[in-house]
Amino acid sequence: MRLLRMLLVLLAVGFAMPLAAEEDPFAGLASQSFDEVSAAVGTLAASGNPRAAAVIGAMRNDALYADDDGNLYIQSGDDWLEARTGKKAADVDADSLSEVRINNAVRRAIAAAMGGIDLFSPEAAVRAHAAQAVFDAHDPAALPALQKAVAAEKNAAVLRTLKQAEAAVILATPDSTDADRLSAIAVLRARGDIQARARLADLTGASPAVAAAARDAMTALDREQQMWGLAQSVFYGLSLGSVLLLAAAGLAITFGVMGVINMAHGEMVMLGAYTTYVVQGLMRDIAPGLMGWSLPLAVPLAFLVSGAVGVVIERGLIRFLYGRPLETLLATWGLSLILQQAVRSIFGASNRDVTTPDWMSGAAQWGGLTITWNRLVIIIFAALVIAALMAALRWTSLGLSMRAVTQNRRMAAAMGIRTPWIDALTFGLGSGVAGIAGVALSQIDNVSPNLGQGYIIDSFMVVVFGGVGNLWGTVVSALTLGIVNKFLEPVAGAVLGKIVVLVLLILFIQRRPRGMFPLKGRAAEA
Amino acid sequence: MASQPSLTRRNLLGAAAFTAAVTGFPFISRGRAAEAGPIKIGILHSLSGTMAISETTLKDVMLMLIEAQNKKGGVLGRKLEPVVVDPASNWPLFAEKARQLISVDKVSAVFGCWTSVSRKSVLPVFEELNNILFYPVQYEGEESSKNVFYTGAAPNQQAIPAVDYLMSEEKVKRWVLAGTDYVYPRTTNKILEAYLKLKGVAPEDIMINYTPFGHSDWQNIVADIKKFGSAGKKTAVVSTINGDANVPFYKELGNQGIKATDIPVVAFSVGEEELAGIDTKPLVGHLAAWNYFESVNTPANRAFIKEWHDFTKNPKRTTNDPMEAHYIGFNMWLKAVQKAGTADPAKVIDAMIGVAVPNLTGGIATMMPNHHLTKPVLIGEIKADGQFNVVWQTPGTVVAQAWSPYLEGSKDLAADWLPPLSCGNYNVATGKCGGASK
Repeated sequence: MRLLRMLLVLLAVGFAMPLAAEEDPFAGLASQSFDEVSAAVGTLAASGNPRAAAVIGAMRNDALYADDDGNLYIQSGDDWLEARTGKKAADVDADSLSEVRINNAVRRAIAAAMGGIDLFSPEAAVRAHAAQAVFDAHDPAALPALQKAVAAEKNAAVLRTLKQAEAAVILATPDSTDADRLSAIAVLRARGDIQARARLADLTGASPAVAAAARDAMTALDREQQMWGLAQSVFYGLSLGSVLLLAAAGLAITFGVMGVINMAHGEMVMLGAYTTYVVQGLMRDIAPGLMGWSLPLAVPLAFLVSGAVGVVIERGLIRFLYGRPLETLLATWGLSLILQQAVRSIFGASNRDVTTPDWMSGAAQWGGLTITWNRLVIIIFAALVIAALMAALRWTSLGLSMRAVTQNRRMAAAMGIRTPWIDALTFGLGSGVAGIAGVALSQIDNVSPNLGQGYIIDSFMVVVFGGVGNLWGTVVSALTLGIVNKFLEPVAGAVLGKIVVLVLLILFIQRRPRGMFPLKGRAAEA
Repeated sequence: MASQPSLTRRNLLGAAAFTAAVTGFPFISRGRAAEAGPIKIGILHSLSGTMAISETTLKDVMLMLIEAQNKKGGVLGRKLEPVVVDPASNWPLFAEKARQLISVDKVSAVFGCWTSVSRKSVLPVFEELNNILFYPVQYEGEESSKNVFYTGAAPNQQAIPAVDYLMSEEKVKRWVLAGTDYVYPRTTNKILEAYLKLKGVAPEDIMINYTPFGHSDWQNIVADIKKFGSAGKKTAVVSTINGDANVPFYKELGNQGIKATDIPVVAFSVGEEELAGIDTKPLVGHLAAWNYFESVNTPANRAFIKEWHDFTKNPKRTTNDPMEAHYIGFNMWLKAVQKAGTADPAKVIDAMIGVAVPNLTGGIATMMPNHHLTKPVLIGEIKADGQFNVVWQTPGTVVAQAWSPYLEGSKDLAADWLPPLSCGNYNVATGKCGGASK
């Protein structure tokens, strides 16, 4: 045992020998100058000191502290560890310590250093991550470590990233040979993303043959990127469309089916988002381990909260105003202001922090496509909500009654359906769906009292464009508007793009006042 | 017409207070002050509507400062009385409420406004009725009114130093100027574009992008930034994106994996308050340029934060740059009132220039003849806890330029409210006051 340890120490010392035999590898870490700290991180990583990984890792997590004499400590929970030894430090005065400050330059040095160390981690995921970090840093000094890692690597996926990192480093090394550079360009060409292109564009001082190869590779990459860009725009459009669809789905019921111009619709969405916030707050206190489930749990609750408020609004206000659209418009608009101010008084005017569960953070790279998880989840969620809504209208007895009442109120009443009750429930359903939309929107937008205002115009636009009273029309219209918007935006800019969409919409409504899919038959005239 | 008798009456009161102060009879002065009643201070910040998110805090900090001053006995032996109105994020309403504060409530000074458009809307009212406005927000410059004291930063106290920092420390060669589509970002970006070109940045290395207010779908813009940054040169984003649009913007940055070590974003409108609504872990290292950060460790700032937490009874309420601006502005006003011996706005305006008070970051703020302040410039990096880590700051304070030397229309203009010039837009080339633009 002791022999082994001695061997390890010897190995470490041997590693450090040629670089800095006498110098303290930890010197300069607590310096006030960021340049010195960056340099110190590099020195420490290269020193091969067995504590290097732990100390640099602590730095990355803002857990490295220094006292006035330059002694370094690592914070670990409530304890303090001596950075040089890793032993627990007794009686440390936490007030006399100050955090080792880092900035972006130091952070880059840390990432490069940790990349070099993590390349030999036993876990494949850590190695892959480290290879990417080395790719990003593409520091010529990393080449020997990288070549060792390439030789030792068994995992095919990690090996690919390692080779790409090697290629990036070779291109960044001033004295690499033309043959190496040409094969490096081929590797980056095969990687095919914009990071690879950045490395190619960065190439300077190369021979004409290499420069020509890099140019060719970049042209090919640009052409590929353009193709992917098209697919990417479709994804963006679908994503925007699904957000519009979620926001408008509830309105398709209250406005589309019932004909109530509900200006407080956006506030139902906002209530749903705040329900999510409250649910997360409660879960953080009661069951912090289940935070990943907070969103699925918030969905039914948001439906109930917004739905209940909707029923109360219908019973307390809207039922007195049926058949008087102008008064409804004014009353619900006033109501929306009241709801906003109420939420502002209860929760405060500032944004509330709704956390995104881990399974919804980040993005997947699929060829040249970047698919962000939160957007993908929202697209799927929107599809589920619409499917559920259609099923409810078609196959439940409540849905049957709703359709009966909207098609012929007096006949339905004559058949024994309590029409006022059905009105309240229909409005509640529409509001509840808006609340569900709020749960999804809390993931991409501000949770503030103004949340709903941003969506009310768009929602009406979607419902009117799709054809009032037709859920399928709403679906098609939301997706159309989303995709048209996203294809216009790169050409015309976000501001002009929005204006163009509105103008096109006005022209369309001029031609077809009842939207894309108008209801036909006697029901439409009633 | 209606304002005529009130003016005389206020002058009388002012004269009374003045005599009392000069002759040094505290008892008499206190007796008269009781007759005169408290000095009223108008607070013109939106408490509802879109801007409530930012402005409510400023109303609260004013109430705190006034309460603290009253505990110390007010000023000139008179108590201070806040008059709070709610302009509801409605620009014309700002002008109406300002008129009401001055003509009906007879306030001696107004602290208020956030957006430039609200300031522009109240400006004629203050000039007509000759009252004082303290404007606490960083803005695009290109203005200097006799009746407004700009306690926020001008572009050369925020935008230009931030760009300098990125150029020298982060070695940025390619620039994305992203902003919300209104006057502040448009003017600031115009100044920055001119400045960058002057520094030798090629036009194809500058990308300018505007988005509407409250823009929430940033997918392709963030992708464009990523693509723009892949040209092999170090790229940074200078963001003048305002208010609510920031949260979705930063969320999208985090999701698309743009790290601060690759493409740093430096923001001029994102402070501690805005970060309170976001999960900041993916944003660590992105930057903001301000003249104050809550994390600045000075005795004055620690005391201010403690007072704020006690006042709001919320130990988590953050402080931010515009709050410091009001703190400085209020203390300056107190000093000027003492110097003038009266709260009469006409006299206080003249007494304001040259007043110096300590700021919260360990320096001194002085009111310059162009009605702007001297301020230190701080660059902070976002930390995982939503606070800022100050990574750079100017060695001393920077004097504000009300008119940018980098813009064609304003490079010949200067503001100096001291006699003999007494002019907000003096044209150095033609030697005339009011020679704006041409």
